[in-house]
Amino acid sequence: MTAPDDTAARYRRPVPVLWWTGRRPYLLFMIREFSSVFVAWSVVYLLLLVRAVAAGPAAYRGFMELSASWWMLALNVAALALTLFHTITWFVVTPKAVAVRVLGVRLPAFMVAGPLYTAWIAVSAFVVWLLVR
Amino acid sequence: MSAEPAMRAAETAGESIVLRVSRYLPGRDAEPVPRDYEVPLREEWSVLDGLNHVKDVLDGSLAYRWSCRMGICGSCGMTVNGEPRLTCGTFLSEFAPGPVVVEPLRGFAVIRDLVVDIEPFLGKLASVTPWLVRNGAEPPPDAEFAQTPEQLGAYKQFSMCINCMLCYSACPVYALDEDFLGPAAIALAQRYNLDSRDMGAAARFDVLAAAGGVWDCTYVGECSAACPKGVDPAGAIQQYKLTAAMETVRRFLLPKGAR
Amino acid sequence: MSASTDVLIVGGGGAGLRAAIAVAETDPRLRVAIVSKVYPMRSHTVSAEGGAAGVIGIGDTLDEHAYDTVSGGDWLCDQEAVELFVREAPRELLRLEHWGCPWSREGDGRVAVRPFGGMKRLRTWFAADKTGFHLLHTLFQTSLSHPGVERYDEWFVTRLLVDDGRVRGVVAIDITTGRVETITARAVILTTGGCGKVFPFTTNAGIKTGDGMALAYRAGAPLKDMEFVQYHPTGLPFTGILITEAARAEGGWLLNKDGYRYLQDYDLGTPSPTPVLRSMELGPRDRLSQAFVHEVEKGRAVDSPYGPVVHLDLRHLGARKIDAKIPFVRELCRDYENIDPVTDLVPVRPVVHYMMGGVHTDIDGATPVQGLFAAGETACVSINGANRLGSNSLPELLVFGARAGVAAVEHCARAAPAGEPAALAADERRRIETLRRRENGRDSLAAVRTGMQRALEDGAGIYRSADSLLKAGETLRELQERYARLGVRDHSTTFNTELIALLELGNMLDVAETIVRCALLREESRGAHQRTDFPRRDDRRFLANSLVYRQDDGPGRVEYLPVRITRWPPAERVYGR
Repeated sequence: MTAPDDTAARYRRPVPVLWWTGRRPYLLFMIREFSSVFVAWSVVYLLLLVRAVAAGPAAYRGFMELSASWWMLALNVAALALTLFHTITWFVVTPKAVAVRVLGVRLPAFMVAGPLYTAWIAVSAFVVWLLVR
Repeated sequence: MSAEPAMRAAETAGESIVLRVSRYLPGRDAEPVPRDYEVPLREEWSVLDGLNHVKDVLDGSLAYRWSCRMGICGSCGMTVNGEPRLTCGTFLSEFAPGPVVVEPLRGFAVIRDLVVDIEPFLGKLASVTPWLVRNGAEPPPDAEFAQTPEQLGAYKQFSMCINCMLCYSACPVYALDEDFLGPAAIALAQRYNLDSRDMGAAARFDVLAAAGGVWDCTYVGECSAACPKGVDPAGAIQQYKLTAAMETVRRFLLPKGAR
Repeated sequence: MSASTDVLIVGGGGAGLRAAIAVAETDPRLRVAIVSKVYPMRSHTVSAEGGAAGVIGIGDTLDEHAYDTVSGGDWLCDQEAVELFVREAPRELLRLEHWGCPWSREGDGRVAVRPFGGMKRLRTWFAADKTGFHLLHTLFQTSLSHPGVERYDEWFVTRLLVDDGRVRGVVAIDITTGRVETITARAVILTTGGCGKVFPFTTNAGIKTGDGMALAYRAGAPLKDMEFVQYHPTGLPFTGILITEAARAEGGWLLNKDGYRYLQDYDLGTPSPTPVLRSMELGPRDRLSQAFVHEVEKGRAVDSPYGPVVHLDLRHLGARKIDAKIPFVRELCRDYENIDPVTDLVPVRPVVHYMMGGVHTDIDGATPVQGLFAAGETACVSINGANRLGSNSLPELLVFGARAGVAAVEHCARAAPAGEPAALAADERRRIETLRRRENGRDSLAAVRTGMQRALEDGAGIYRSADSLLKAGETLRELQERYARLGVRDHSTTFNTELIALLELGNMLDVAETIVRCALLREESRGAHQRTDFPRRDDRRFLANSLVYRQDDGPGRVEYLPVRITRWPPAERVYGR
């Protein structure tokens, strides 16, 4: 007996909407992508600050009060955490994207990422110094 | 079936494990149906040995691809317990007490059972000019192009691709957009771009930097994790993004004649 | 429905791809098609590890390569073919270099060469220990640059259409759809590789089922020297996975259970800490595999769950050298044996590796059937004689693949376009359709295949005798009868691999018969063919290649063709002294 094969039929597995929840690497990837929203928020927040400073002491006070509200604090703590996460993921990626070869031998990842972390710490230290001096 | 003396030698305690194999025959099945087969659990048996046992003893109609059984021909990639793997290099004992769920590679259309359609890859591979381009510059007569071990080292890693398709299967971008060139094709393009003997980078740029090229990659990084040969296609793509960005700027700034 | 082409190549491995490129370069107006049962990059060329021999080194000469090949082949090689082969091999390897093959290099950028078994000089080019892989992918990717090369990937050829003594094309199954189609052609080149799967324990991939040999044999072309089956001395137990000869070339030792380098007891030289060419571990494969059998008989082998083994000792090479020169060996040992050659001894035993024999061809790959060519392991020119030297097979498939391609182009210029032999094609289509519909009884394909493999191992292994061969022949006849009654459980058309496996088994049974037949009639011991009842080489009777022709009933008819001796008269094979 011959099975009446429909040879043109190929089965395509549908991609579920929540495909990224099934595997840890996919989930981390989605968090990384999502974290860029918070990076953008940090920029917007900075712009709001600049606008408030430019508009005079009253506006600045209003901005500071807004910033002290519980939900704004929560938002900014989340933004800080996710921005840190975002930064680190990029620093992890950099040695993969930038293949530095010295005398024909590719530099190990830490030698490419190391300067990035060093620069990051230096800038942060400078900012802290500005704030506390 | 590959090692008959072994079959004689390895009659052990008679343990077994269940292979839960995805079956699909167009015209009969609307979608894949899992089917259980009990196969002997032997320490040295790969998942492929288990499938061969099914085909030889339990059900001859099972369709899957295999050949070298030593991880170099790239035929036997399947999804094993959710992960893209070469079944010849994945051992049953890893999954004891079972079941071992064997499905076709994800991201591809299924032709039958565990066999997927890789024709799209063949087309993508051919589109990236995966050969040495010399633009009419003749090779040295009766001599080789000199290439130092350092120059060889610059592209060697990307030349190790066995076209097993595990990277495509791990790539969510490819699953969502089949026009994406994908990890292996880009890594192989980069293999030639980085070869000191090659002059084809400009031609490949037009494909790699176009729609469906490197910019579609969102760097999930799972292609490199899935690669059984350490090729690191994700690295190849990110490196090329840098190259492509510089090249785009260069083309924008320089007048045509000076390129 | 039928398609047509000018040059049709059956098999997409190294020889087939090289032939296709040769056709495309020689006459771009010709149509060339590769029909292969697997995608080209899956072909077994991919598994070759150690290297490819070609004279480039200072102090090496073509004559020395030729002499090593002739003496390695126990004087059964066609010496004219060997001279041509060694002359063209370096040119072919250079072409591969020009196409981008990542050959391993010296510090100054020249191609590096390594020692190899039976070779008096360093002349084996290598790409670490994945030479075949790189060679195949380079050829495949280069073939993509020729738009004229058409491919039928995952098509299985079931019959050569031969009409009036001339080849007219093939009938093939499109595995994906199950359609049986005719592809007419003016010339057909067979490049399907060997038939290692007729044996139970082999380095060969599952696809190596002697298809091209069987196709040619049934089409009336003789097979040559089928009794010469190469056992590689170092395969991993259980899987049969190859551990390359390069492991010994880089300095590995073979030890018996007492840690003793036993090869010194078999007229292969005296041990020295570093490798000596044409000596000890760098002796020829036939002699090393035979030495293993004697060690087992003396009770000096190591017992393992998979029978006796010996040890390959690489520990003294150190991790750096192993990773630089033979990284795949380390990868395979780790993945398949759970050991690390840097610290552990590697268990190995002889394993069926290569067919010296094959479709009888001349130096242009031409067979006696007009328009039918063959190259690579499928063919027998013969440059390998009674025992192939390691690293001669990759240059062989390049040299003769290219020559067959060029010869096929020349044939097309002479041959008028042929019509389709419609009746033959229809017969074949009916045969396949009937087979696909035939119900299977209680017997099984796997049981017949296992029976065949056991018969060959027991009857036609490293050592054979009239008794063992007669018994194997008898078993094969019974298996042929069982085979004729086999059917399939899978009657579908989409990717029906059971039907393909059944057809492959038919091919293997025919090829197995020729091996046993030729081995029975060659009453001497030469190279890889060792008869316990005729332990000496007999140049008076058997300085000749055997040619076996298919008969409609009964075993094949065997004729002898005197070996072409030009410059190196038969002499003793000397290794290590």
